[in-house]
Amino acid sequence: MDTDMKVERTAHRRIVPESDMPPPIKPSPEHETLRARLEDFSFYYSNGFQAIKHVDMPILDRKVTAIIGPSGCGKSTLLRSINRMHDLYPGNRYEGRIILEPEGENLIGKGADPVIVRLRVGMVFQKPNPFPKSIYENVAAGLRVRGVKDRHVIDEAVETALRRAAVWDETKDKLKGSASDLSGGQQQRLCIARALAPNPEILLLDEPTSALDPIATAKIEDLIQELSDSVTIVIVTHNMQQAARISHRTAFMYIGELIEFGDTNQIFTNPRHPRTESYITGRYG
Amino acid sequence: MPDQPIPRSDDLIRSGFVTRRRLIARGMGAFLFLCAALSVFVTAAIVFILLRDSWDFFAEVPLTDFLFGTMWTPMFIDKQFGVLPLLAATLQTAGLAMVIAVPFGLTMAIYLSEYAPDAVRETIKPALEMLEAVPTVVYGYFALLVMTPFLQQFIPGLRGINLLVPGIILGIMILPYVVSVSEDAMRAVPDSLREGGYALGMARWQVATRIVIPGAFSGITAAFILGMSRAVGETMVLAVAAGQNPNLTFDPREGAATITAYIVQMSLGDVARGSLAYQTIFAVGLLLFVITLLFNIIGFFLRRKFREVY
Ligand SMILES: Nc1ncnc2c1ncn2[C@@H]1O[C@H](COP(=O)(O)OP(=O)(O)O)[C@@H](O)[C@H]1O
Ligand SMILES: [Mg+2]
Repeated sequence: MDTDMKVERTAHRRIVPESDMPPPIKPSPEHETLRARLEDFSFYYSNGFQAIKHVDMPILDRKVTAIIGPSGCGKSTLLRSINRMHDLYPGNRYEGRIILEPEGENLIGKGADPVIVRLRVGMVFQKPNPFPKSIYENVAAGLRVRGVKDRHVIDEAVETALRRAAVWDETKDKLKGSASDLSGGQQQRLCIARALAPNPEILLLDEPTSALDPIATAKIEDLIQELSDSVTIVIVTHNMQQAARISHRTAFMYIGELIEFGDTNQIFTNPRHPRTESYITGRYG
Repeated sequence: MPDQPIPRSDDLIRSGFVTRRRLIARGMGAFLFLCAALSVFVTAAIVFILLRDSWDFFAEVPLTDFLFGTMWTPMFIDKQFGVLPLLAATLQTAGLAMVIAVPFGLTMAIYLSEYAPDAVRETIKPALEMLEAVPTVVYGYFALLVMTPFLQQFIPGLRGINLLVPGIILGIMILPYVVSVSEDAMRAVPDSLREGGYALGMARWQVATRIVIPGAFSGITAAFILGMSRAVGETMVLAVAAGQNPNLTFDPREGAATITAYIVQMSLGDVARGSLAYQTIFAVGLLLFVITLLFNIIGFFLRRKFREVY
């Protein structure tokens, strides 16, 4: 990370006009605790390609961390490392550490079981991927995996999750109906509910609104802001306004490297690195 | 080699090249249509003959006697035409085949689709499909000469000719087909769904049973129904190992002629053409046709449904 690069800044470079900026998130360091951190983290795909290069990055507890950067820079790769999704395909390799706090456990260490990692770290994908089951069973799936059998417990958790994901009103009358009959935006909120139901410690979102229309997008953005009171969120987005609106911290990546990490307001109004600056002012992307 | 200029289009038209091409295209079209029409015609002709000859049969034997009668003695003095003995033997062997094919087929398909590394799958699948090349008569004699004597050591009362062993062998015979089709259905389930399951903390077997099987359900069902339809129509194994004796039994340790075994027996024998006994071939043939047609129709719709899902 290169932070001492001094760049001349002018107001017109701001991507989001002052008046449209979200209510400023007051950084209050005394309340900020670390939930996880990446230390000298690298990732290699099975073909030997190094998609992530020596990344150091904190993930704050109950804050939204946005990962931005041009397409192909490794945002998804980084995100999918945090719940060890890459283990599903043979030959992929992690290097370095992803430490989960406060235990200090290394998620990619020798003894770490990817299944247990995924029980702790939930994920929502770019394209809604509801299971070919009922709405109810989709949300209940994560609970059943954790061995929850009690009908009432599941009923209640399903309702809570659907409410938290702001999709309860639209689904409460057809919980037994097929999830694939929902609209794209509803399906994505259902997938968020599904990820939330088992109360993950960290929620990963990979461009969750890229396949959605503006109204559904706005709903999900509201939802993420509300959730950040209770869940640690890491979101990949290529929509910079979205990152500016909903995140507390922003990480800017470029060709596998973390170029700049900081307070979202600072990144968007006062980027330290020229690459960050040209990216957020739209000079490439 | 002299340079050949690229011909201009009006030269091609003038030289007759275009006309020739058009004729060839027409000729090919007509030829392919004829081939397709021929196969439709053959099928239609078979159905027509089945219907015509069994029409004569049902003019003499009431349909209810045929469907619900418990004695099948077309060659006796006291002629009886109750098809239940043949039908019961057919359905029992097909049912036994399913008892073998469903659990083993499902397990193998799950293994191949969800667990096997690519190299293993690329080896096992063709090997499995090669089993389809084994002539069915070989399976028949394997049942009769190897498997039955072997199982007789463990199963008291198992006759030399029985329904159990050919049923098991039928199950093994349809296994390659069932595995191959249901594995295709499972692999058609998109990886994004699997990833969704893993992201919730599912283990591999949970993804297989909770995501992949429900996702491929109609395809898997279609595989089994079409497999069942094959088992119902299979002939050689049953003719060899299940016997030729129409015998209404629900004890698979006994032998009994199936519909197909009966047809073979009658076709080889010297019954007079046009006699009632001769016409029974077509009546039971029609019944068999209706049963397998039903299975195939159900399987067809299920397969189409599962194609539409993704
Ligand atoms: N399965 C894979 N095997 C090899 N390289 C991959 C694979 N998936 C992605 N990559 C490469 O890794 C880099 C980062 O990809 P990705 O993380 O998907 O980017 P982003 O999400 O930022 O658009 C890209 O150069 C991409 O081509
Ligand atoms: Mg991506």
